[in-house]
Amino acid sequence: MDLFEYQARDLFAKHGVPVLDGEVIETPEAAAAVAERLGGRAVVKAQVKVGGRGKAGGVKLAADPADAVEKARAILGMDIKGHTVHRVMLAQTADIKEEYYVSFLLDRTNRTFLAMASVQGGVEIEVVAEENPEALAKIAVDAVEGVTPAKAAEIVAAAKFPAEVADQVAEVLQKLWTVFIAEDALLVEVNPLVKTGDGKVIALDGKVSLDANADFRQPEHEALEDKAAANPLEAKAKEKGLNYVKLEGEVGIIGNGAGLVMSTLDVVAYAGENHGGVKPANFLDIGGGASAEVMANGLEIILGDPDVKSVFVNVFGGITACDAVANGIVQALELLSSKGEAVTKPLVVRLDGNNAELGRKILTDANHPLVQQVDTMDGAADKAAELAAAK
Amino acid sequence: MAIFLTKDSKVIVQGMTGSEGMKHTRRMLASGTDIVGGVNPRKAGTTVDVDGTEVPVFGTVKEAIEATGADVSVIFVPPAFTKSAVIEAIDAEIPLAVVITEGVPVHDTANFWAYNNQKGGKTRIIGPNCPGLISPGQSNAGIIPADITKAGRIGLVSKSGTLTYQMMYELSDIGFSSAVGIGGDPVIGTTHIDALQAFQDDPDTDLIVMIGEIGGDAEERAAAYIKEHITKPVVGYVAGFTAPEGKTMGHAGAIVSGSSGTAQAKKEALEAAGVKVGKTPSETARLARQLIG
Repeated sequence: MDLFEYQARDLFAKHGVPVLDGEVIETPEAAAAVAERLGGRAVVKAQVKVGGRGKAGGVKLAADPADAVEKARAILGMDIKGHTVHRVMLAQTADIKEEYYVSFLLDRTNRTFLAMASVQGGVEIEVVAEENPEALAKIAVDAVEGVTPAKAAEIVAAAKFPAEVADQVAEVLQKLWTVFIAEDALLVEVNPLVKTGDGKVIALDGKVSLDANADFRQPEHEALEDKAAANPLEAKAKEKGLNYVKLEGEVGIIGNGAGLVMSTLDVVAYAGENHGGVKPANFLDIGGGASAEVMANGLEIILGDPDVKSVFVNVFGGITACDAVANGIVQALELLSSKGEAVTKPLVVRLDGNNAELGRKILTDANHPLVQQVDTMDGAADKAAELAAAK
Repeated sequence: MAIFLTKDSKVIVQGMTGSEGMKHTRRMLASGTDIVGGVNPRKAGTTVDVDGTEVPVFGTVKEAIEATGADVSVIFVPPAFTKSAVIEAIDAEIPLAVVITEGVPVHDTANFWAYNNQKGGKTRIIGPNCPGLISPGQSNAGIIPADITKAGRIGLVSKSGTLTYQMMYELSDIGFSSAVGIGGDPVIGTTHIDALQAFQDDPDTDLIVMIGEIGGDAEERAAAYIKEHITKPVVGYVAGFTAPEGKTMGHAGAIVSGSSGTAQAKKEALEAAGVKVGKTPSETARLARQLIG
C-alpha cells in the first residue's frame, strides 16, 4: 500500500525523522486556521499518490492565511494525471539551501535491502539514475544487521554528502531505517532531504509503501487505507475476503490460484482479438478451496459489475476436486436466485484436473440454461469472448 | 534421479498438527512420501495417527533430525510464526526447508534469507508462498496434488502453484522428473536459476519447462543464465500480459512497476536466449511435446 505524503510525514515524525510542521485539510476554508498556526506563510501541497504534482501546479506558496484559502481552493479538486485531489497539506515554509535524496527499499534481485542516496535530490531520482548514475549511491543493507552507525556513515560517504551535514544525514538514515523496519515498509524515501539556511537537515517530502502481508502485526495501518478511492466492487470483494481487481473489460473472470487467473486474463485477451476486442473485466482468485459459498460470493461480485457481459469460470482441480467445484457452481447459482438476484449473464465453465469428468457431469445434469461447458482453457476463453462480443 | 527431493528423502513437517499441516501430511503420506515426524513443542513426545501411520511429534527440528535422520522440512506454520520456524530449521542445518505458508511479511523472508547466508547457506530454502516440490513416484514435499501426473523426463520450475498443476496435467502422459514451485513472493529462497542448473545436472531430465509471471527480473536473469549455462532444451511460459501497472495480482510479487518486470520484457528475454515461449499454457505444453518427441 502506497501512502500519501502526509501519512508518510506522520510516520517519519513518529520515529524521529525531522520534518516540518504541517496539517492536512479537505476544504479550502480550513486552510486559514492552519496557515495562521503555521505563522501565516505556508506551502499548500496536493495529496495524490502520483509523481510530478509540482509541475502540474499542485504545489503553491501562500503568503498569508487568506491566500492559503485561495491556493487550497485552486488545488482541491484538481486532476493530476487522473488522480483527483481530495486533500491538501499545509506545511511550514523552508529556507532551502541544498536538496538531497535518501531511501531504503527492498532489493528483489539480491534478496536484501538497499540504501540509495544522492546529493542531487529534489528531482525525480529515476532521472538522476538515468543521466548521472554515479551521483546515486547504492549500498546493500543486510536484513539481519540493519543500519548501524557504521553503515549509515558508509552510505553518507558513498553519496559524498558535504562534511557539515554528514552527521545529521547519518542520524536521519538511522531514524529512517527505524521507520522501514518498525512499519514493515517496502519503501521509505525522502526527496528532497534539505539543508536549510541555518544548517539543519529536514525531510521535506517523502514516500512510504507498506507491506500488506504484515497487517496482522501492524493494526494501525488499516486506518491509512484510502477507502474512499477504492473501487466499490473491490471494496465489496475485500469485505468478503476475495482477491479481486477490477479491470476495463467485458468478460468476468473467476479462477483458482493467482498464476492461473493471471494466465486466464491473458488467454481471454488473446481470444478477444478475434471477437471485437473484448477484454477481461477483472481478476478474481477464489483460492484453492473454492467452496460453494466462496463461489457464490465471487459470482455475486462479478455479476454485479455492469461492465460484465459474460463470465468465464476457469478452475483446475488440484487440491480441490472438480466435482466439489461443480457442486459449488450449482449451489452458488441457486443461492443467488434464492437471494432474488437475477442471473442473466452467460457462464462458460472449464473444469480440468482431478475428477474433471465427474464435475462436468454434475454441471451437465444440472442443465442450467445460462451455463455452458468447454473442456479446454483456450476454447472456453474463445467462447466467453464470443458471448461477450455478441451482447 | 530427480532434483532436491528423492525417494530417500526423510521428511518432517513443522506445523503438522495444525489443520493445513494435518491435511497435507495425510496427502503427502498417501503419495508415498517418507514422513518421519512432525514438530510441535507443545505436543513433543506424542504420536499422531495419520490414516494408520503413527507419526512421532518432536519438540524441535534438531531433535527430529537426531531421532530420524530427517533431511527435509515442510513448513505449514502461520505467517506470524514462519520466520522463527525457518530460523529453527536453519539452526538445525536441515538440508532442505520448504516454506508453504502464504502471506509472510517480506521483512521476515529477507531476514531468514540473510540469516541462512550468515550461517553459511547450509539450508536450501524453497518458498515461501509456494506449493512445494514433487518428484513423482518418489516423494512429495508440499501441497502439489500427486495424482495429476506421473514420473517422466521433464523438469518443471514455476512461480505459480495452479499453473504448475495445469502444466503437469497437460503433460501427464510424458511425466516429470521433478516439479518445483518456487513461489510468487518478492523474496524467495530457491530461484528459477537454481532449479535450471539442478535440472541441467540431473541425468533423468531431458527438457525443462519454466513458468514465470510479471514482477521483478527473475525471468530475465534466468534467460541470461540459460544462454550461458543450460544446454538442455527449455520451454517457457509467462503469465500477466494483461495485468495493469501498479496493481497486485494475488501474488505479492506479481506487480508491474515502471517498464521492467512486464510479461512482454520477460518473454523477449527468454526468446533471445533460445527458449521457446508459449502464448498460453496449452501452447506451451504443445511446444514441450514437440521438443521431447
